[in-house]
Amino acid sequence: MKTWSARWLTQNRGFAGAILLFLALYITYNFMHPRGFSTAVLVQNSNESVAIAFVAMAQTIPVLMGGLDLSVGAVMTLTSCIASELVNGSPAQMLLGMFLTLLSGAAFGAMNGVIVVYGRIQPIIATLATGAIAIGLALLVRPKPGGDVDGDLNWALTNTVWDFVDTYGGNPDAGWLAPFANIPVPLIILFGVPLLVWLPFRRSVTGRTIYAIGSAEGAAYMSGLPINRAKIAAFTLAGFFAACGGLYLAIQTSSGNADTVQAGTYTLNSIAAVVLGGTALMGGIGGAIGSLVGALILRVISFYFRILDIDPLLQPLIEGVVLLIAVSFGAFRTLRVKNRLELFR
Amino acid sequence: MTKMTPHVALNGVSKYFAGIRALENVDFACNRGTVHAILGENGAGKSTLIKIMAGVLEPSSGEMRLDGTKVEFLSPSQATAAGIVCIFQELSLIPDLTVADNIMIERPPRRFGLIDRRAQRARAEELLARIRCEDVDPDGLVRDLSLSRRQMVEIAKAIGKKPSVLILDEATSALTSRDVQTVYDLLGDLKKENVASLFISHRMHEVDALCDTLSVFRNGMHIETFAKGERTEKEIVRLMIGRDVEAQFPPKPPRKETKPLLEVKNLEWENRLKGIDLNIGEGEILGLGGLDGQGQKELLLALFGVLRGVTGEVKFGGKPGLPGSPAAAKKAETRVALIPEDRKTEGLMLSMPIADNLLAASFADISTGPFIDPQKARTAIKRGIETLQIKSGSTSDAVSTLSGGNQQKVVIAKWLLVSPSVILMNDPTRGIDVGTKQEIYRLMRQLADDGKAILFYSSDYAELIGCSDRVSVLYDGRVVRELEGDDINEESIVSASLNIGERAA
Repeated sequence: MKTWSARWLTQNRGFAGAILLFLALYITYNFMHPRGFSTAVLVQNSNESVAIAFVAMAQTIPVLMGGLDLSVGAVMTLTSCIASELVNGSPAQMLLGMFLTLLSGAAFGAMNGVIVVYGRIQPIIATLATGAIAIGLALLVRPKPGGDVDGDLNWALTNTVWDFVDTYGGNPDAGWLAPFANIPVPLIILFGVPLLVWLPFRRSVTGRTIYAIGSAEGAAYMSGLPINRAKIAAFTLAGFFAACGGLYLAIQTSSGNADTVQAGTYTLNSIAAVVLGGTALMGGIGGAIGSLVGALILRVISFYFRILDIDPLLQPLIEGVVLLIAVSFGAFRTLRVKNRLELFR
Repeated sequence: MTKMTPHVALNGVSKYFAGIRALENVDFACNRGTVHAILGENGAGKSTLIKIMAGVLEPSSGEMRLDGTKVEFLSPSQATAAGIVCIFQELSLIPDLTVADNIMIERPPRRFGLIDRRAQRARAEELLARIRCEDVDPDGLVRDLSLSRRQMVEIAKAIGKKPSVLILDEATSALTSRDVQTVYDLLGDLKKENVASLFISHRMHEVDALCDTLSVFRNGMHIETFAKGERTEKEIVRLMIGRDVEAQFPPKPPRKETKPLLEVKNLEWENRLKGIDLNIGEGEILGLGGLDGQGQKELLLALFGVLRGVTGEVKFGGKPGLPGSPAAAKKAETRVALIPEDRKTEGLMLSMPIADNLLAASFADISTGPFIDPQKARTAIKRGIETLQIKSGSTSDAVSTLSGGNQQKVVIAKWLLVSPSVILMNDPTRGIDVGTKQEIYRLMRQLADDGKAILFYSSDYAELIGCSDRVSVLYDGRVVRELEGDDINEESIVSASLNIGERAA
């Protein structure tokens, strides 16, 4: 019997590779950055990563089932528009606004799930349609960019823990706070939400059913697993994560913008992040944390453009090449396969 | 026999698929504490019967009663909840989950609403120990297990549900002999625990050893149910196929030295093949014997160009060299064909028409330039159907609509259309009915008489003995014994398979 760590590594090769790639890229970046390894850089970087990371995690769940959700970017845009209307006023009103924002995303996801399950429509085409609907709704909510998200909230959530406590009247220099004071709040959100939502979900019967569906749907059915419930739950959770991204985006920019191009870009980048994070597009293998790391890799690549002084016109070209190289690493394993039949399994 | 309410009873059950009859007015009953065999050719309705019992299919008419109470199952989970658990031929395991996850998939132990992995692992270990599979790692992925291990995991999963009716559909066909014994013992235990076991198998000696009641099905109808020993084996076979059978295996012609078509010397691959030597002449059938997993499958794959990094000397028709891929193998001067082990994944494109499946390997022969010549295609399809006597409605139907035996015939016909000189067969009769088996035996002999060389692996000793001119027994990646003529008998094959001395068995 193999040791625990060796087994983890063989079963999570893609994820481990993504972590290594991210660490290598990010540490190098910090060395090259004139103010590398500083709180300011970390705060800025994590702020720019939250939305895409959430959208990538949202995408992961349908992908684990062997489908694609083309509406995640649009749901993020829709929810950021909703948040830009609702998240202001008294603290209670703001909390209610945030809750309603997340609820609307989850509800939209649930609708996707119901369409896929009971309409018997393939996820990719169902969400292509509902994605357009989400953008349409976003334009109704916010025909022109703008909105007034609470300024204090914006400041508190986009800076360090020190600023957060300071904003809401605590004593930021309290001794017990010292070890955490310099941690950026977005980073806590980024890791806290998946920790509280994704990890328990993965250990639930519904979560396991999602993996089973992606791995062998027939076998899942024959094992008497709750397939329909799991599918609806998967899309609902995808909608929830997309809404987390949308909510943060609204708070970060203090506004909402029904930007069609942005929605499409986020959706495509989310697929790239999922693949980079080691989740198989055929389903059954991977996880949301991998996609989180995948999204961070995509972001770090774009950070390099700022410090390397590359013509911005070249950015898409270079991003594409880097993405291609990165996912090619996953294909190296096929060179070692001795039984060619295994390539098709 | 005392009259009592049977545990499971089917009354007047019929099932139609698009107007085609699969089951017709079947009355069937089975009792607790028995091992009940269901016999019949493929297409006789056995699979439909158990699928109805297990909640996979709903009957078109008729009713099912459990302990006298009428039940209707709309899904497998409802049947499981009622205590009817089925181990299907098509495995129901999920390859990307761990063994423990799979075993406990339906009702995992939970703590605070979440799956308790430690408890799950302990329970899985307990169940694996019960079927003597301590070597299976509960935390390993199912995808990394061999077919026979997966089958055992499937059994562990089924008994974990504590069934009152356990249905085994060809559950032993993929097992090693040690595991088969374990399953036998398990069935004995379950009988004592008052479980009703339904057993579907094409191996008569298994049925004979295990079951106390036998039911024969033919053409979707329940022909007869009787206690073991009431009928002879010959009578049972006659009930199954509805006609007398002539000798099961075609006679072997006298051995003569012929030109070797395939020579293999010191073939090695990874840790699985450790120096295989064999040769086959024109018109010869060479059987590969041995326990499951001694390198037989790898040998066939290696000769077909599927494996990478194979070393050793191989000559096809006197020309040295292995094909680089299946595409090269079928185009080489000495054409090679492989009838794969698993017809559903490697043999057929299940959702495509029968015609397209038949032509899949021979497009080069029926095309003019880049286009398929419809006239040549029709001729080829006709030839394939006729050679194998495939029973099908229309060749444009999906191949998945055929019975298992006819599907296997499509696989064989597909490869014969390539006109191969060397035919490799990996367990070509696995999970198919007696009638089709015999047709395949006759076909193999006929092909040999036409000068082809056949190398075939079978897990069924009777088949090796009946079909082969010579048998090479493999053990741990080597040929440990070559048997010829009268030396080919069960005793010598078994002793060689276990790698024990010539006389020791």
